[in-house]
Amino acid sequence: MNNSLNDDSWRVGNITLHSRFLLGTAGYPSPQVLHDAIVAARTQVVTVGLKRTLAAAGDNGFIALIRQALHETGARLLPNTAGCRSAREAVQLAQMARELYDTPWIKLEVVGDEHTLQPDPFELLAAATQLVREGFTVFPYCTDDLVLCRRLLDAGCPVLMPWGAPIGSGQGLLNPFALRTLRERLPDATLIIDAGIGTPSHAARAMEMGFDSVLLNSAVAQAREPVAMARAFGFAIEAGRTAWQAGVMAPQDFAVASTPVGGEPVLLGGLPT
Amino acid sequence: MTSTGTITVQLDGQPMPLAAGTTLADLVGQLGHTPQAVSTAVNGLFVARGQRAGCLLQAEDAVLLFQPIVGG
Repeated sequence: MNNSLNDDSWRVGNITLHSRFLLGTAGYPSPQVLHDAIVAARTQVVTVGLKRTLAAAGDNGFIALIRQALHETGARLLPNTAGCRSAREAVQLAQMARELYDTPWIKLEVVGDEHTLQPDPFELLAAATQLVREGFTVFPYCTDDLVLCRRLLDAGCPVLMPWGAPIGSGQGLLNPFALRTLRERLPDATLIIDAGIGTPSHAARAMEMGFDSVLLNSAVAQAREPVAMARAFGFAIEAGRTAWQAGVMAPQDFAVASTPVGGEPVLLGGLPT
Repeated sequence: MTSTGTITVQLDGQPMPLAAGTTLADLVGQLGHTPQAVSTAVNGLFVARGQRAGCLLQAEDAVLLFQPIVGG
């Protein structure tokens, strides 16, 4: 966690990143809109997936334009293991992703509940442990459970990706207490809020709380103007980050006069403002 | 495997007849993919690109091919 106003880069392994906005690529109305959103977001990391060829039926040019955007911006790919329900399945898919995308980075997703798409902590930890041993740089999509997060760090994950809310729900940060606890108890960990972000203010809040970056997809892809929304999220993430660095004031239960008029009222019955 | 020298594998859950002796690399080519365009698994296990030519497919093998898609 870097809190310097002068050097605001962050690192994943030996890779230095400057943008704190990670962007998903699913659900955009067209490849060109996705391309333009990637550029507008000024992201350096975009997520992608894998699908069985018979089920995929072509991708309508999305992957080609993602690669074009990456070529233009220098952004990196972060493949995911979406759809996996077990550690075994996730490990196999991660190996395929490494070969297909030529990157050791993997966003590790192992779902344990179909309704909430909540990660399965046991399978997730098992998969992360094995993948780290195999040389992967594992970005585990996890819950905000402190003990699980510690175990994932112990397993060798260089970053953690706790959820803000269920994937695609747009509900924002549902459990600020747990997220604050994570930040406070894991001060040196790189923490990326992933999933559930619906509005730029959600992202700004995550950054104000001291999270290192934000990954989102649906909030941009489903906007009426995805490119403009990508830009809006970029501003919000920068604003939240700058606020965190500047030091957010502690909330008070009661009013505290801001104008230093002294201990006595200026006029009879006057109130300081 | 049948007596006519053909086998049937399950390609993404669908039966597909192949000549006996077909390798995974052969199958990828027969399906029109360049080797770099897909990743492969047989019976739930990843088979790396460099190992496909040595992967002789057997009757009822479950073969999966994966390609890049958008994702969150």
